[in-house]
Amino acid sequence: MTDISAAGAVPATKPKNSLFVQDDLTRRRNAAETRFKYYGIVAIVLSLSVLAVMLFTIFRDGTSAFRQASVAFPITLEAEILDPKGARDPADLAKVTTIGYGNLIGQQFANFLIAEGIAVEGISDKDISGMISRDAPGRLRDMVLADPSLIGQTIDFNAYATGRIDGYMKGRVTLETAELDRNVSLEQLQLADKLIAAGILTSGFNTGFLTNPDASDQRPESAGLGVAIIGSLYMMMLVLIFTLPVGVAASIYLEEFAPKNRLTDLIEVNISNLAAVPSIVFGILGLAIFINFAGLPQSSSLVGALVISLMTLPTIIIATRAAIRAVPPSIRDAALGVGASKMQTVFHHVLPLAMPGILTGTILGLASALGETAPLLLIGMVAFVTNYPSGPFDGGVLDPATALPVQVYSWASRSDPAFIERSSGAIIVLLAFLVIMNVAAILLRRRFERRW
Amino acid sequence: MNDMTHKGLGLATQTAKISASGVQVHYGTNHALKDVDVTILDRTVTAFIGPSGCGKSTFLRCLNRMNDTVASCRVSGQILLEGEDIYDRRVDPVQLRAKVGMVFQKPNPFPKSIYDNVAYGPKIHGMTRNKAELDAIVEASLRKAALWGEVKDRLDATGTGLSGGQQQRLCIARAIATSPEVLLMDEPCSALDPIATAQVEELIDELRHQFSVVIVTHSMQQAARVSQKTAFFHLGNLVEFGETGDIFTNPKDPRTEAYITGRIG
Repeated sequence: MTDISAAGAVPATKPKNSLFVQDDLTRRRNAAETRFKYYGIVAIVLSLSVLAVMLFTIFRDGTSAFRQASVAFPITLEAEILDPKGARDPADLAKVTTIGYGNLIGQQFANFLIAEGIAVEGISDKDISGMISRDAPGRLRDMVLADPSLIGQTIDFNAYATGRIDGYMKGRVTLETAELDRNVSLEQLQLADKLIAAGILTSGFNTGFLTNPDASDQRPESAGLGVAIIGSLYMMMLVLIFTLPVGVAASIYLEEFAPKNRLTDLIEVNISNLAAVPSIVFGILGLAIFINFAGLPQSSSLVGALVISLMTLPTIIIATRAAIRAVPPSIRDAALGVGASKMQTVFHHVLPLAMPGILTGTILGLASALGETAPLLLIGMVAFVTNYPSGPFDGGVLDPATALPVQVYSWASRSDPAFIERSSGAIIVLLAFLVIMNVAAILLRRRFERRW
Repeated sequence: MNDMTHKGLGLATQTAKISASGVQVHYGTNHALKDVDVTILDRTVTAFIGPSGCGKSTFLRCLNRMNDTVASCRVSGQILLEGEDIYDRRVDPVQLRAKVGMVFQKPNPFPKSIYDNVAYGPKIHGMTRNKAELDAIVEASLRKAALWGEVKDRLDATGTGLSGGQQQRLCIARAIATSPEVLLMDEPCSALDPIATAQVEELIDELRHQFSVVIVTHSMQQAARVSQKTAFFHLGNLVEFGETGDIFTNPKDPRTEAYITGRIG
């Protein structure tokens, strides 16, 4: 400071400050700026680490749901058990229940083990048949009823191993825990070791997790997301059909045509308020109106979609109005100036320019609707549904279905550890859907974006 | 003031295209334009000058009812286009705007191709029966706007990719493609550099042979260069209206003199 101010021709009234020395005010301002930057960094690190912990737990618990142990062995479909009369009459075939098939499977599996020379000392027949999922007899019965010519033949049968054996292969069940567990015996685990060594018990990608319907507590190994995925897809389709036209029409009217008066102000305020209403309230509304008053079937994707549409509509309207408002007024002037009508202006110029914003808002609205659980609980979509809904054009939207987030909820409340694993697995599937939708939103935005 | 309107020598043969009398404009409680009487002649360039906020753009936007889009705006008085009151209940502003085209301050081409920009007006007004006729209108409009030579090889390129001056000439081409009878220009050169400004001014002079042109400008030099008639607005009043030469060399009103010599505004 000294040599410069000495040489300077500054009026004596004001002391000369060197640019090389920061004064107090500047130092305080810089310190405030640095502090603010660090607050921001801390906030971001905090939220990212919470996200990382969440994803880590979900993937740690959930990835194993995508693998499933199964047992492969030949099975002879003996005619005297499955069709005592020998007439191959479907009515007669249907009289044989899954218990009959269960006995057949247990017996054949025991025989197969003897033939292969695999034996464990002290193992009971019940333990041997208990290696195989209780889902297997039902599936075998369905196969036979679908194709009676199989009777009398020997087929290669692939059955799920029970949840405990599956857990043993995934390390969830150990010899120590098995001692305390009434659902699995040490002999079964010893047998499992031998079957693995013989290549009979194997673990592979669990396609059933994505296609099977839900299953009871006795057979968690066969529980899947099939019905929930179909239910969620139906709902998203319907929500899109219900909300996009209504939301876009409402937004265009409010933004471009509506007079600005008390009434439209009131409508605007209420739309914003609707977006903030807790979702459970919409569930009660749906229960009262769509099910009790209108008499629509419970647990159906149609009712779920109607309730979720009510919730998504305000989001879509707000996003669409913002997108429409972001179109520069000069474009409207230009169109009106060459003699376009209001409607031509909106549909030829404003709407195409607002499209990326509308699509992004709609997809993000749908994505949040996809994860919505509370209102669906109230309208009965948390039900235990084991039948697939029919096709979308055969009234499938009226059939009982569940949805992905509801399936997560109902599995998480079940006791078997195999359901806990599936619950996390379902979250992964749900997250995958959300990621796909968000990527679609970004791609659409890029695709339609235009500059002016 | 009205008595000055028809004084111009050599313009006596020209007919009045638009005659406005007693025009008042309110924006809510703000009285933006007070009792304006102007006659705009056919095939003449009329310039509106005056300081910012004096009402010249407001009046211009009354002439094709662009003010209708402003909810709080109320217009009273009479504006006749060839003897027909454009604020009559039976008049559809959409039809009016096809006759009275407009070019805006900021070049505002549609984010579409150059061709589509020019073809949009003729298309929505159903002026052509086939593609060949439309092509002919697009070419003629671009030629009149002195842009054809620069863009004829890239009609499919987007209009927003042109330079500022080219964009403004594209907007002029778009406005004249619907064959309007009057062309309103709201400070068309304020966003342009001097070279582009000169091109647009030259263009305005050309257009005068076919249309009646009304131009709002902040530049008094521009008004003097391109217009035959000039109206000076101040604080919502039409202060003086007459031959451009008279206004600039021999203003009658002290406020006009103060403005053109740079003392107010």
